[in-house]
Amino acid sequence: MTSSESNTEVDSSWSGSEYEKERTPKIPVWDLPDVPKGNLPSHLQLQRTRVVCNKEAPTHTENIQYSGAYAAMGVDNSLRLDDFRKNLRVEVVRLTEDDIEFDLIGIDASLANAFRRILIAELPTIAIEKVLIANNTSVIQDEVLAHRLGLIPLQVDPRLFEYISENDIPNEKNTIVFKLHARCEKGGPRSTVKSDELKWLPNGSEFLLATENSASNTASKQKTYTSFISSQDSLPEFSNNPIAPKYPDIIIAKLGPGQEIELEAHAVKGMGKTHAKWSPVATAWYRMLPEVVLLQEVKGVKAEELVNKCPVKVFDIEDIGKGGKRANVARPRSCTLCRECIRGDGWEKFVALRRVKDHFIFTVESTGALPPEVLFTEAVKILEDKCERVITELS
Amino acid sequence: MEHGSYQDQSKATFSLTDEDHTLANSLRFTLNQDSRVTFCGYSIPHPSDARVNIRVQTTGDAAREVLKDSCQDLMLMCQHVRSTFDQAVLDFKNQKNLEAVNIK
Repeated sequence: MTSSESNTEVDSSWSGSEYEKERTPKIPVWDLPDVPKGNLPSHLQLQRTRVVCNKEAPTHTENIQYSGAYAAMGVDNSLRLDDFRKNLRVEVVRLTEDDIEFDLIGIDASLANAFRRILIAELPTIAIEKVLIANNTSVIQDEVLAHRLGLIPLQVDPRLFEYISENDIPNEKNTIVFKLHARCEKGGPRSTVKSDELKWLPNGSEFLLATENSASNTASKQKTYTSFISSQDSLPEFSNNPIAPKYPDIIIAKLGPGQEIELEAHAVKGMGKTHAKWSPVATAWYRMLPEVVLLQEVKGVKAEELVNKCPVKVFDIEDIGKGGKRANVARPRSCTLCRECIRGDGWEKFVALRRVKDHFIFTVESTGALPPEVLFTEAVKILEDKCERVITELS
Repeated sequence: MEHGSYQDQSKATFSLTDEDHTLANSLRFTLNQDSRVTFCGYSIPHPSDARVNIRVQTTGDAAREVLKDSCQDLMLMCQHVRSTFDQAVLDFKNQKNLEAVNIK
């Protein structure tokens, strides 16, 4: 239903079939007299656009998406692309280096959820996958140590690297190598190994592969676990800022006197779907905008009671001359829907708690690889790529 | 792959591999908005297989074309979301810079 096409179509068979095809002038399909353009009565409009949160359970939670849902009443429920473009609004509320809070208005829940799912599970990141342990005499077992290393967030842009699969040789385009060599002196105090001791090796692995014949010529270049052709240092992005974990104070292990850890860690690109260490967000969530409406005027003592009931101070008192007090809704956005204001007897007549179905308050907290606004843009790009894949499959 | 009949092109079930609720629910939304569609839905036969079945029934047009159009619509919507978001972030950053300058 691309609206650009409809402007050139004349009485297409599926919409104007009940019209005789005489010499009718060219009218855009959507302006034909039988296309319903009416408005819904207000109680139905409420059901369509608001979730009503009652004391027991919310009602009207489903989205009425079918384009002909209100056809019997003469109302067109379809979402035309132009209307979507006009109605979509994005408002950024807070933007820091690590997290972003923004409002998406005019979008449907299925799209918002798709973005949330992609942010958590399908955005690629780089995390440590293979750990080659040469020496580990600490009390932390090898596999526990490797697991902890995998969860450390690395500050590197995953778009600069490629995926590696089972049979690929690790090279400078798909692997990042780190080294960790920590030792606690005998007779000294216990020491803590923190994540800043992970040193980046731009030239690849330093551990030599075991060769079959021990009498091999030492003049030839020894093979290591990775085959870097050029040093990663030479890339402009990394020449002055070395790759390192985002936070230098993450405790990896604790060593007692005489204990030593010597290992090499290879980091590769992956997606949160496979393992949570590859998720680029600490978390990403959304909530629908709460709407608090006073159905009747709340005055005097009741107003005071209402203001005190709410734990997040949604209501406020305003003075209405002659010492009278009235309650009004001051901060509906901070409402947590705890339903304290409708808990007592008879309060449901005064306060209506609702949620707006197409206004989403997104919060995205990044773990540091990419800034949060870039993460959201990449997530939208990935949904576009999925659509494109379906289109090419169908053609 | 499409499971339908050669005689009646307007009803078909499309089985997509390597997909889950992320794409299927969004596609179902855009399909519903198209007025040529009489019925659309999706199901996931088993949660361990990454496979989605999307059923489309239309008022006469080929179901494959309607699905393609819906995918195009979804792509256009995403592009619009992306550009609106980028613009909003830019505006926010500019506004922050202005405020910082004013405070100084």
